[in-house]
Amino acid sequence: MGAAYLANEYAPIFIFILVAIAMGAAPLVLTLFLAEQKPDAEKLSAYECGFEAFEDARLQFDVRFYLLAILFVVFDLESAFLFPWAIVLDQIGLFGFVEMVLFLVVLLVGYIYAWKKGALQWE
Amino acid sequence: MTPIDMAIQAGIWALEILAIAAPVALSVAYITYFERRIIGWVQVRQGCNRVGPAGLLQPLADGLKLFLKETIIPARANKLLFVGAPLMSLVPALIAFAVVPFGETSLFGIWDTPHVMAISNLNMGLLYVMAISSLSIYGVLMAGWASNSKYPIIGSIRSTCQMISYEIAMGFGLVTVMMLAGSLNLSDIVHAQAGGILHWYMIPLFPMLIVYFISGCAEVGRTPFDLTETEELVSGYHTEYSGMWFATFSLAEYGAMILISLMTSILFLGGWYAPIPALDIIPGTVWLLGKSAFLIFVFIWFRATFPRYRYDQMMRLGWKIFLPWTLGWIFVVGLFIYTPGLDSIIDFWLAWR
Repeated sequence: MGAAYLANEYAPIFIFILVAIAMGAAPLVLTLFLAEQKPDAEKLSAYECGFEAFEDARLQFDVRFYLLAILFVVFDLESAFLFPWAIVLDQIGLFGFVEMVLFLVVLLVGYIYAWKKGALQWE
Repeated sequence: MTPIDMAIQAGIWALEILAIAAPVALSVAYITYFERRIIGWVQVRQGCNRVGPAGLLQPLADGLKLFLKETIIPARANKLLFVGAPLMSLVPALIAFAVVPFGETSLFGIWDTPHVMAISNLNMGLLYVMAISSLSIYGVLMAGWASNSKYPIIGSIRSTCQMISYEIAMGFGLVTVMMLAGSLNLSDIVHAQAGGILHWYMIPLFPMLIVYFISGCAEVGRTPFDLTETEELVSGYHTEYSGMWFATFSLAEYGAMILISLMTSILFLGGWYAPIPALDIIPGTVWLLGKSAFLIFVFIWFRATFPRYRYDQMMRLGWKIFLPWTLGWIFVVGLFIYTPGLDSIIDFWLAWR
């Protein structure tokens, strides 16, 4: 572990990112030159099944999406917490397991509350 | 290390990377072919069989056609985000393959110890895959927002919500794998399943296998969960994209599907090990790719078999069924590990005791 490990394991990933960007961008750039481009006002308008687009597309959306996003943050932090716990389970033993169960019970109370309040309900 | 050594090393890495990225792109093309053929057979028709022998040149013809189509960037779109979105979904789908171990080789006895065939054998490989593959949500969001058109934006909001919902079940499901293997390193997880089909994690973690695979299906937006591409939304977040730009999104989608299949094989189906140890004389890569190919077939089979979920049913499945199920299974696995008497059962799969 240390600088050599980082260089050996992460440098290829950086090269991979560059290769992936090149692989994705090359066809997109080439198609601009190779394909015939004939833009006109009708083509460049927003697609709305043939109608004129009549108001701004960035409209209001249902608050439940927002609510779920907040719940997602809570539970995703949870899994970020569970990952390291699961890795060191051999060292922390029964005590660590009981601690995590207590923690999950607290989380479960919040989950049941959200369920009962109808935050997970879509009709 | 001299600069020349470093340049040679970087060159070798670049070749390794191309040796993985190019086959991924090619297999995406041929998965679309097999998808059409298999669905054709399921529906008692031929599927594409005209271009080339048995239609084998069809994907290349499709690619060429998409390539020669005009690029349309809507006048009201946010240009920078609109151009960036296809890359933002494709790049994560590709670079997640950096840590996938494709097998072990001693290069016909040249090396003394077998080396893991991965571009980067990261200690936190599983976390890396989770983190990188969830980045593609940004591509979906960017595409929908940048298009400034109603169908894409509604599609991208629904898509995002679907992806984040199933990511939770996925993450919790994987915790059970880590509890048994005691490692995030993908090759360590495979090593923990050595010794035949009974040692594979699909036996103690069978419900998690189901949760992971179906959540993967929902993450990628494959058919029972392709709500963002329903008829009412035209084509979801990539409605405004044309030609090669649209193809980049589907490349990312199929790439993610291959990744889910590979990860399911690695985490639950014993990776590169044969079901019977005697069959390990067949190279591990063949086993791994064979298992993944079967899972990709299952994806296509789903598509041919199941009708589409309704949005509320899909949310119910993710939040009210999979989430309690995975949390419960974490508890069950922990209970088995620490209860005297029961621990002798789980010891069979436990790598660290």
